[in-house]
Amino acid sequence: MDRSVENDAITRSDLSLRVISSAGAGQLVKAKAKTRRPFRQIRTENVFKRTLVIMGILMVILVLGILLTLVVQSLPSIKALGPKYLWGKVWDPVQDIYGAWPFLLGTLISSFLALFISIPFSIAVAIFLGEYYPKGWLPNLLKNTVELIAAVPSVIYGFWGLAVLVPIVRNFENKIGVQPVGVGIFSSSLILAVMIIPYAASLGRSMIQMVPSTLKEAAYGLGATRWEVIRSVVLPYTKSGLFAGILLSLGRALGETMAVTMVIGNTSIIPKNIFSPGNTMASVIANEFTEADKAVYLSALIELGLVLFLVTVVINMIGKKIIDRFTTE
Amino acid sequence: MESTIVKDSVVIKSRDFNAYFGTNHVVKNVNIDIPRNQVVAVMGPSGCGKTTYLRCINRMHELIPGASSRGEMKINDEDIYEMHPIFVRLKIGMVFQRPNPFPNLSIYDNVIAGYKLNGIKLARTERDRIVEHSLTRVALWNEVKDSLNKKGSFLSGGQQQRLCIARAVAMEPEVLLFDEPTSALDPISTSTVEELFHELKTNYTLIIVTHNMQQAARVSDRTAFFYLGELVEYDETKTMFTNPKDNRTQNYITGRFS
Ligand SMILES: Nc1ncnc2c1ncn2[C@@H]1O[C@H](COP(=O)(O)OP(=O)(O)OP(=O)(O)O)[C@@H](O)[C@H]1O
Ligand SMILES: [Mg+2]
Repeated sequence: MDRSVENDAITRSDLSLRVISSAGAGQLVKAKAKTRRPFRQIRTENVFKRTLVIMGILMVILVLGILLTLVVQSLPSIKALGPKYLWGKVWDPVQDIYGAWPFLLGTLISSFLALFISIPFSIAVAIFLGEYYPKGWLPNLLKNTVELIAAVPSVIYGFWGLAVLVPIVRNFENKIGVQPVGVGIFSSSLILAVMIIPYAASLGRSMIQMVPSTLKEAAYGLGATRWEVIRSVVLPYTKSGLFAGILLSLGRALGETMAVTMVIGNTSIIPKNIFSPGNTMASVIANEFTEADKAVYLSALIELGLVLFLVTVVINMIGKKIIDRFTTE
Repeated sequence: MESTIVKDSVVIKSRDFNAYFGTNHVVKNVNIDIPRNQVVAVMGPSGCGKTTYLRCINRMHELIPGASSRGEMKINDEDIYEMHPIFVRLKIGMVFQRPNPFPNLSIYDNVIAGYKLNGIKLARTERDRIVEHSLTRVALWNEVKDSLNKKGSFLSGGQQQRLCIARAVAMEPEVLLFDEPTSALDPISTSTVEELFHELKTNYTLIIVTHNMQQAARVSDRTAFFYLGELVEYDETKTMFTNPKDNRTQNYITGRFS
C-alpha cells in the first residue's frame, strides 16, 4: 500500500521531469510556462489523497489503540488467573474467583438464538420490500418502520421488555412448566431479535433490488412464477449480501448491552436452559463495572471486554471467509 | 392437437389490441395475423411501441407496475389473456436484447433452466438429449460441448445470445419472440444468429423486433411497421420494401425519419 501511495504522489521535480521528457528539450521553455495550472491541480490531488490515507490510518490506530488498552488493563487479571479464566465456571468476586464461561455461554446462546428468531423475519421483509412489493404506501410504511426499529434507543427496548415481554414470557414459562421467572436468556433473545431485524433486512433489500431485471425477465420468459424467480434467481444472486446482513445483525446482537442487561436476570451462574436467567459479557460489564472495588475484579471485567472484542473479530473473520466462498464459487 | 394445426395457419392473432403504461397509450388498436412457421419482422422508430407490443404477446408487459392492456390476443384461436400467464410463456418463448444467461448456472444448466425453474424433473438421459439438441439447433454445440460445466457468462456475447436462444428453444415453444436480438452483437455473431432464424423457422414461428432494415429484409417473410403506437402497414417483406402503400412507411424506409 505504501508503495502505491508514493508512486502516485507526484512531486514538483517529478513533474518537470515528465514535461521535459514528453516535450523534448527544445520546447522546455514553453512547457515550463504551462506547468503552473497542472501543478496546482496535482497538488490538490495530493492533498486529497494524503487526507484519505491519514484518515484511514487513524481509523486503524484507533482500533489498535482500543485493543491495546484492553490488553494492558487486562494484564493483572491475565497474570493472576491465567487461561483457566476462560473456562472457569464460577464468577464470585467476593471470594476472588473469576470464570468467564457463564458469560461466554450467555452471549453466544442469546445472540445465536436471537439471530435464529430474526432471520425469517428479516429475509421476508427484504424479499417483500426488494422484490415482491417495492412501491406503494404499505411497503413504504413497512420500510420506515423497519428503519425506525434501528433508531429506537436500546434502553427503551429494555424498558418495553420488562414491562410487556417479561410478563408474557413468564406466562408462557408457566404453561410449559419451567421455572416462571420471565427475565432470562429467552427474553433477551426475543428483544435482540427485534432489534437486529433492520440490519439484515435493509442490506438484504438493497441487494435484492440490485438484481438485474434482465435476469428476472429471463426466468419469467421461461414460464417461472414469482416464487420460482425469487428462489432460483434472486436468492442465489444475493446470497452473499443476505449473509453479510445476517453477520451484521449478529455483530450487533453480540455487543448489545443495555436492553439485554435489563431483561436477562443478571445471575452469574451457568444457564441451565434457554429460559434461565443469566448474563452476557456485555451485561456483566455494565452491571458490575461501578462496583468493582478490587484491582483484580476490575481487570477481570476488562478482560471480559477483551474476550468479547476477540469473539466478535473471530466471528466476523469466519463470516468473511464464508462470503468469499459464496462470491467466488 | 398437433394434427389440427395446419401449416401456414394463423398462430398469433390480435384484434383491436391496446397497451398502456398508466394512462400513456402506447399500442393502439393493433390488428395482426401471424402465420405459422414464418419470420415476422417488427420495425418502426424508437418509442413507437414495438417492445411493448412484443411483450404483450407473452404477457410480460403486465409484470411492469402500472402497465395494462385491452383487446384480443389469441394463440391458435385461444385467448392468451384467459390462459394462465405461466402457460402462455411456456408456449411463447422470448429472447432479449442483451444476452442474459443466468450467471450462477453452467452452460448445461442454463439450457435446461426452464425445466428446473418450473420444477419439471427429467431423467439424466432426457436432460442430456434436450441440452445437446437445443445447443445443436442454435449451432453452439460444437463450440461448447467440452465445457458444458463452465458458467454461461464465460462465453462471448454472440455465444451467450445463442445460449439464450437455446434456453428458449429447449422448452419447445410454438412461437419465439426476439427483441432486437442482435443489437448487442458484433457483425459475425449477428450473421450467425440470422442464419439461425432460417433454421428455426421450420419448427417455430418467429417474431423479431429490429431496427436494422437490411436485417429485416434478409431474414423476414413479412414485416410489420409501427408508428406512434399504430400498426401502419403489415405485408410481405418484399412488397413492403419495394412498394410500400403508406407514406409513413415509405419515409421510414427511405430514411426520412428514424
Ligand atoms: N417501463 C416503462 N414505463 C413507462 N413507460 C414506458 C416504459 N417502457 C416504455 N414506455 C413508453 O412506452 C412507449 C413505447 O415504448 P417501447 O419500449 O415499446 O418502444 P420501442 O418501439 O420498443 O422503442 P425502441 O425502438 O427504442 O426499443 C415509449 O414512448 C415509452 O415512453
Ligand atoms: Mg424496444
